[in-house]
Amino acid sequence: MRRHYITLALIVLLLALVIWLNLPGPGISIGSFYRSMQPVLGLDLRGGVQVLLEADLPESTTIDPQAMEDARQILENRTNALGVAENQFQVAGERRIVGEFPGLSDPERIISVIRETGLLEFVDLGDTPIPDGTVIKTDFGQTGQDVSPTPTPQTDSTTSGTEDPTSKIWHTIMTGKELKSVGVSTDGKGGYEINFVLTTNGAQIFKDYTTNNVNKHLAIVLDKKIISAPRIESPIPDGQGRITGQFTYDSANALAIQMRYGALPIPFKVVESRVIGPTLGEDSLKKSLQAGYIGFAIVILFMAIYYRLPGIMANLSIGVYALIALALFKLIPVTLTLPGIAGFLLSTGSALDANILIFERFKEEIRSGRTFFQALDLAWKRALPSIRDSNIATLITCIILYWFGSQFGATIVKGFAFTLALGIGISLFCALVVTRTLLYVLVDQMKPQAKHLKWFGLVE
Amino acid sequence: MLDILGKRYVFFGISLLLIVPGLIVMAIFGLPLSIDFKGGTLLEIQFASGNLPSTDQILSVYNDLGLTDAQVTTTSNGVMIIRSSFMSDELRSTVVNELEKKVNDQITVRRFDSVGPTIGREVAGRAAIAVGAAAIAVIIYITFAFRGIPNAFRYGVCAVIAMLHDVLVVISLVSIGGQLFGWQVDALFLTALLSVIGFSVQDKVVVFDRIRENSMIYRKLDFEKLANHSIVQTLQRSINTQLMTVEYMLLALALFGGVTLREFAVILLVGLFMGTYSSIFIAAPTLVIWENGEWRRWFHRKNQAAA
Repeated sequence: MRRHYITLALIVLLLALVIWLNLPGPGISIGSFYRSMQPVLGLDLRGGVQVLLEADLPESTTIDPQAMEDARQILENRTNALGVAENQFQVAGERRIVGEFPGLSDPERIISVIRETGLLEFVDLGDTPIPDGTVIKTDFGQTGQDVSPTPTPQTDSTTSGTEDPTSKIWHTIMTGKELKSVGVSTDGKGGYEINFVLTTNGAQIFKDYTTNNVNKHLAIVLDKKIISAPRIESPIPDGQGRITGQFTYDSANALAIQMRYGALPIPFKVVESRVIGPTLGEDSLKKSLQAGYIGFAIVILFMAIYYRLPGIMANLSIGVYALIALALFKLIPVTLTLPGIAGFLLSTGSALDANILIFERFKEEIRSGRTFFQALDLAWKRALPSIRDSNIATLITCIILYWFGSQFGATIVKGFAFTLALGIGISLFCALVVTRTLLYVLVDQMKPQAKHLKWFGLVE
Repeated sequence: MLDILGKRYVFFGISLLLIVPGLIVMAIFGLPLSIDFKGGTLLEIQFASGNLPSTDQILSVYNDLGLTDAQVTTTSNGVMIIRSSFMSDELRSTVVNELEKKVNDQITVRRFDSVGPTIGREVAGRAAIAVGAAAIAVIIYITFAFRGIPNAFRYGVCAVIAMLHDVLVVISLVSIGGQLFGWQVDALFLTALLSVIGFSVQDKVVVFDRIRENSMIYRKLDFEKLANHSIVQTLQRSINTQLMTVEYMLLALALFGGVTLREFAVILLVGLFMGTYSSIFIAAPTLVIWENGEWRRWFHRKNQAAA
């Protein structure tokens, strides 16, 4: 019996933890782990844009997964410039990428960003160091002239210091098409650097330029935005250069990817776009929450009226279930969508089913003349296989659906499967541990007699 | 004791009555597939002034843009839904502006979905594969979980047969709903169908579990009696669980105002009810039929079987 009181204490502790997690606050940070603990709403509940891109290559072409991952990264970097928070791209299956932009309503802006050419340029900045990320103008592609290693008069580097760097037209020495390969290596000081090799033609241009411009700045520019503007330390005769700076492996790699594929490694076309207006989203959220509350209230009443004391214990247990689920949704974090909420409600159904199975069994055992404790033990023992097997069967279905959702960027199916699986996990814990412990403690405290049978939903 | 299994052919008849009309409707008119599955564009708009333009006005804008297959639906709360074929990126950006110019009103875009023609077909195909894969996985799992009793494999197969029954009822429902109320088979429908499948399998296992348990206790008992006894024992639980889950969905139905969500709720309501119904009236009877090898008699002694 002692064991049940210890479990009860642990449950109370867990409850305190999840309540604390659910309280509005600044978020949690443990070391490098941080969660804002704000519920994340999906596009269908808050409005936004979703686009599905497909590799614009013949069906028979096999696509390198690394190229897909690189494309995803490039797209994410590009759309970050739109200033949208929480935008994300995910690779879905072998040839698709799904992008989501909560809060946006104009898919054309995103599509135009995706359509960018991804032009990589090496630009002569002369003596002016311009911060990374600055958008500049260059002479490449503006007047239709080809690149040349000789600076044109109006971009003479000696006069650049007095001008606004964003309005001046800078000279492009060469473009990304002269790059042969790009790699990342360690710089011997614990950091990372980017190495690149130029084509024969590019090597010649680079040699001439660097020889004449030692100590000046050379910008690497992607789509007219400066990625990095290193200073030329010495002439580079062999067409092999390196970019040093305060790089971590990830940032060096990201830059290498951008240089390697100024353009996307794979051409993409938009095969699906969805815009959900903010009013529709808000409407759905409000209504689904309302339905959830009222549904919960009715179920709680039913359980208490029909099953009496055990029903009330089950209600407490369902309350614990809801609190744990909410905390986990925020902690993981789970993006809540309408189907996700449906999955959660369905798992609440499973949680109730587990309790009902046990209580019906409990009544049967009491009717066949067992004592309260015997009946409790037997009810759990005998209901367990059906609860276990039925829930495992549902979990198997969830796993397959999750896989299906991931393959297609069908985020709604994925969301449904995930919340259902998570809910089933929690509901099993609540029915098998929480309700059981509460009921044991109740019976132990109350020491029920035959006259108490009606408190257990049984007629004498 | 309540004799449920004895009337099994009556229940099969009821199920046929539920399924066949819908399937006939489907055979004639096809499934009302939404753009999610067949590709196309859906634009749902609201007008600032509250005055809805005429359907012809909208159609002429679409025609001018070269979209001749547009269909306009007006819902009760002043929302217009326009469906047309898949639009190019350029068209997509101009169509709302053109509409605004034409009707001289400010438009709020509630929803604007555009799905390429190949992608939709592929999603439908893969969804069928996913359901198939889930069915096989369930058969394997149930066979494993019931390995202690004879013919464990049958339990898995019967669970899946009953689950497919539920799927058919839902498909039949949506076919009829598609003709009567303009329902659509969309991504939300798929979610509802998946819920029905999940719940259905879970419910079958609960009823089968009781048969599993009783077959250990009453080893000598005739299988039909044993199965019937097990169903009756779990009946209270089935009713209560069902009552509550359905109760939930009824509420969702009453409260979710929107047309699309109402459809979702009705499908769940019927589907989840079927999940419980088929455990008792389809899954268990199928087991008994298999046990008795009854199909051998179906054609030879038709008269007695019908009587």
